[in-house]
Amino acid sequence: MYQGTLHEAPAIVSRPDLAAIAEWVRPRAKVLDLGCGDGTLLGYLAETRQASGYGVEISEANVLACVRNRVNVIQSDLESGLSAFESASFDYVILSQTLQAMHHTEEIVREMLRVGREGIVSFPNFGHWRNRLQILLGNMPVSEALPYQWFDTPNIHLCTVNDFETFCAHHGVRILERRVLHMGREVTTLPNLLGSIAVFRIEQRT
Amino acid sequence: MHDPASIGAVTPQTAEFDSPLQVRSGAILDGYQLVYETYGELNAGKTNAVLVCHALSGNHHVAGHYEDNPRSTGWWDNMVGPGKPLDTNRFFVIGVNNLGGCHGSTGPSTVDPRTGKPYGPRFPVVTVEDWVESQARLADRLGIEQFAAIIGGSLGGMQALQWSLDHPERVRHVACIAAAPKLTAQNIAFNDVARQAILTDPDFYGGDFYDKGVLPRRGLRLARMLGHITYLSDDSMAEKFGRVLRSGALSFGFDVEFEIESYLRYQGDKFADHFDANTYLLMTKALDYFDPALEHGGDLSAAFRVARANYLIVAFTSDWRFSPERSQEILKALLDNELDVSYAEFKTVHGHDSFLMTDPHYHELMRAYFHSIEI
Repeated sequence: MYQGTLHEAPAIVSRPDLAAIAEWVRPRAKVLDLGCGDGTLLGYLAETRQASGYGVEISEANVLACVRNRVNVIQSDLESGLSAFESASFDYVILSQTLQAMHHTEEIVREMLRVGREGIVSFPNFGHWRNRLQILLGNMPVSEALPYQWFDTPNIHLCTVNDFETFCAHHGVRILERRVLHMGREVTTLPNLLGSIAVFRIEQRT
Repeated sequence: MHDPASIGAVTPQTAEFDSPLQVRSGAILDGYQLVYETYGELNAGKTNAVLVCHALSGNHHVAGHYEDNPRSTGWWDNMVGPGKPLDTNRFFVIGVNNLGGCHGSTGPSTVDPRTGKPYGPRFPVVTVEDWVESQARLADRLGIEQFAAIIGGSLGGMQALQWSLDHPERVRHVACIAAAPKLTAQNIAFNDVARQAILTDPDFYGGDFYDKGVLPRRGLRLARMLGHITYLSDDSMAEKFGRVLRSGALSFGFDVEFEIESYLRYQGDKFADHFDANTYLLMTKALDYFDPALEHGGDLSAAFRVARANYLIVAFTSDWRFSPERSQEILKALLDNELDVSYAEFKTVHGHDSFLMTDPHYHELMRAYFHSIEI
């Protein structure tokens, strides 16, 4: 489970994917934030979009931080599913920088699109040229978006922008919007090569 | 003994209520009294009141100690006091002995004014709803229209929930710790064994033992020993007592041999000396009857449709009597109603009793939650 940079850098500005996610959320939406960290995104959405909802976190420290930040938080392991939540009970279910650390990738995507009318997913793009270069030079990539060493990383299911799009095509997931970023800016040319972070807005095909 | 963060010496107060109270069973109490303690100051806007609801064997003495007995520390003194998680520098905290209790509020050991004899078994079976109603009158008396928060563990957590259902406009926050939306059959079974221990004690006299010069000590002792086993966890007992023998060798008899036996008997004896047997019966019944979903066809989410409060639900992994799964049922009902709620689950070894322990993570969360409450 993701327990990384959110805690160290609480400001929304330091997480460009969060800013991109916030732009997509409609006012007064009901949001479920899976792996919500210290609640920065939910707090920001409540303030700027009058959004309401809950965060889900496994880490005791993050649950405490959420309560301190007056963010509703449910302590739970995402790997055990979202059975506490009714189908289509949220406008958005957000999975920011958490997908790559999940064991049951297919299940969590299926669950988030059951519980939410839409899902928003952000993850580090393993296809970014610097990652490719580091592999080419013979090392596992370490970067701002992938700040871990191979031996201490929580990331077990890393993918590229292309991989995720293929995954969606094979799992009945429709991509509604995509934003690929690098250093906080949107990358439109060769995104799978030049972007370090990807954000997708998705829904279940019916 | 001196604890700078303790509220210090406290004095219980009594409130008399003359108007009749009809309880859920249909029985009517012509009047009643509630004994309570308060800690901290009620602010001018009366927006900082917090009610602490007690569990099965608890009472109004939540924090501090009595002037004449420095060892009479309140049962939740680690939670309530100046600078404590429920900070009495900020909140006006009230502890009340539930109706039917045996620590000063009207109960079976109280003299029934109509007969001049203790109520005994004639005291009506009271429910969690009845406690809420009886205590709402105390809130009226104290001029508290709305509580900033109501907090309780175990049976007290159930009462905190019930408050938010019966008087949604009077409760802004609920902290419900180690509770359940209703007891399971297994849980009721434990309660019934405890009741049977009391009811079959020859010194119980059908509940009219007060003028017989005896107490149903054996029954109460057994009831408490059984209860105590279920409040601890297998691991905590193993850690605390293991198979340690008091004398170091087997005696091949039935006297106290293992440390755990000694401990349980001590706890049982201590309890039997100061707790009323009829009250114990009533409190376990109130637990058994608690089921807010009942009048909604078993639909707990429907029961919470009227609720408006912000909730904190807390559970402990080693609590098998009120397990985290039971707290999650409460959580589900709150989520279904889109209520503000946070849920935390602490890894502890102390079983159900964890809610009374000074676990730093648990206390830090309680502190954060109370800090987040605006007054």
